[in-house]
Amino acid sequence: MTHEIILSVRNVRHQYGERVVLDVPRLDVRKGELLALVGPSGAGKSTLLRLLNFLEKPTQGDILFHQTPYTPENLPLHLRRRITTVFQKPMLLDMSVRRNVAYGLRVRGERDGRAREDAALRSVGLQDLANAPARTLSGGEAQRVALARALIIEPEVLLLDEPTANLDPANVRIIEAIIARANRERAMTVVLVTHNVWQARRLAQRVAFLYEGQLLEIADTRTFFEHPSHPKTAAFLHGDLVY
Amino acid sequence: MDIILDGVKQAIGLLIHLDPALLEIVALSLVVSGAALLISMLVGIPLGVWLGLRRFLGRRLVVTTVYTGMGLPPVVVGLAVYLFLSRQGPLGELGWLFTPKAIVLAQTILALPLVVGITMTAIAAIPRELVLQLRSLGATQGQINRTLLYEARAGVLAAIVAGFGAIISEVGAVMMVGGNIEHKTRVLTTAIVLETRKGDFALAIALGLILLALTFTANWLMLSLQRRLDSR
Repeated sequence: MTHEIILSVRNVRHQYGERVVLDVPRLDVRKGELLALVGPSGAGKSTLLRLLNFLEKPTQGDILFHQTPYTPENLPLHLRRRITTVFQKPMLLDMSVRRNVAYGLRVRGERDGRAREDAALRSVGLQDLANAPARTLSGGEAQRVALARALIIEPEVLLLDEPTANLDPANVRIIEAIIARANRERAMTVVLVTHNVWQARRLAQRVAFLYEGQLLEIADTRTFFEHPSHPKTAAFLHGDLVY
Repeated sequence: MDIILDGVKQAIGLLIHLDPALLEIVALSLVVSGAALLISMLVGIPLGVWLGLRRFLGRRLVVTTVYTGMGLPPVVVGLAVYLFLSRQGPLGELGWLFTPKAIVLAQTILALPLVVGITMTAIAAIPRELVLQLRSLGATQGQINRTLLYEARAGVLAAIVAGFGAIISEVGAVMMVGGNIEHKTRVLTTAIVLETRKGDFALAIALGLILLALTFTANWLMLSLQRRLDSR
């Protein structure tokens, strides 16, 4: 079975000063899949996500979008607007919930987005808070607004950086359902960074394990959890990996 | 005490009857300070945003220079502008000395570092992750800058208020480069100095009250604008 590749990492080595934070020779993200990136803190997961969103340029190597290598400087705007990230902190603007959700539409010059805003707010269960100041929301509500803000622009690739970290179980369940719907019903390609292996198991079709900046293993979810090939993956899954 | 009360009474009379001499001084003050503030905003806000966002070699030197500029002694600015615009000075050919243009130039030099410095500080306080988030949502650099200005609006408005406050109430530099010429370069502050020296306290007090009212109104307008922006 062949898979269409949407994003690729080729021979990427990324450094902050002298410190190598990522060293990934090859990684492919398949169109329409939900790929989870798991690993301990400091493994380079969030850095990889920023590179995949062309927010940073790798020190060495290439990031390919639809088989073509781009950098943050030469990626055309219309392509840049097909990938978006929801960060661990919701990063809401100091305006109403509705205006936050509409931000991506506004920067694209889409003026008549009211129906889409309503639909996006409904999809995250926040239609009643449309006019509330975004900064008065709880952590879970704020993260749902951040998700709605990303989903409304219907990105080809949705990158999620620990979207449920520090949230209560009810909000985790709601957010996971939103992510799963986006992937399954809209065929959106999703790359989910999480340190919660159970979340990866619940949501992902494939899982990649990053450790100290290196991609140690990538496999379909069942294989990854039931027959991990790398000893460090097994240790991580069993909670034996000390970091 | 009587002298003050009489002065206040006469001042109110001048204000009620819209004394033409008074209006002329007020109008010129608003025009020159408004022009200087506008130039400072047009140059200073984009520069402040740029300095707040960028990291480059020599930034610390530039920032220190801006902060030094925020505390420039007005008489030193007046002296420098005077020397540059005097007949033997490098800009003497412009013929600006003792004209409103010279006052605008001096006031711009005083207000610009305040607008740049306070805007820069407000923008630099915004988390870098927000810039990445906006870029990730598809915003262009121009759209990002405008969004950051909105996010830092309290600081930017404070920069404008500080700039306006510094120049509308300034007297030393204005006196040196404007000359306090009647019907030409006489503004509120220089007129207050002159009328006080002449002993015409009524006019001096009236001018002082107007100066206070102008500053109060400018601040009130800025706060109203901020409230309006906050409610969006």
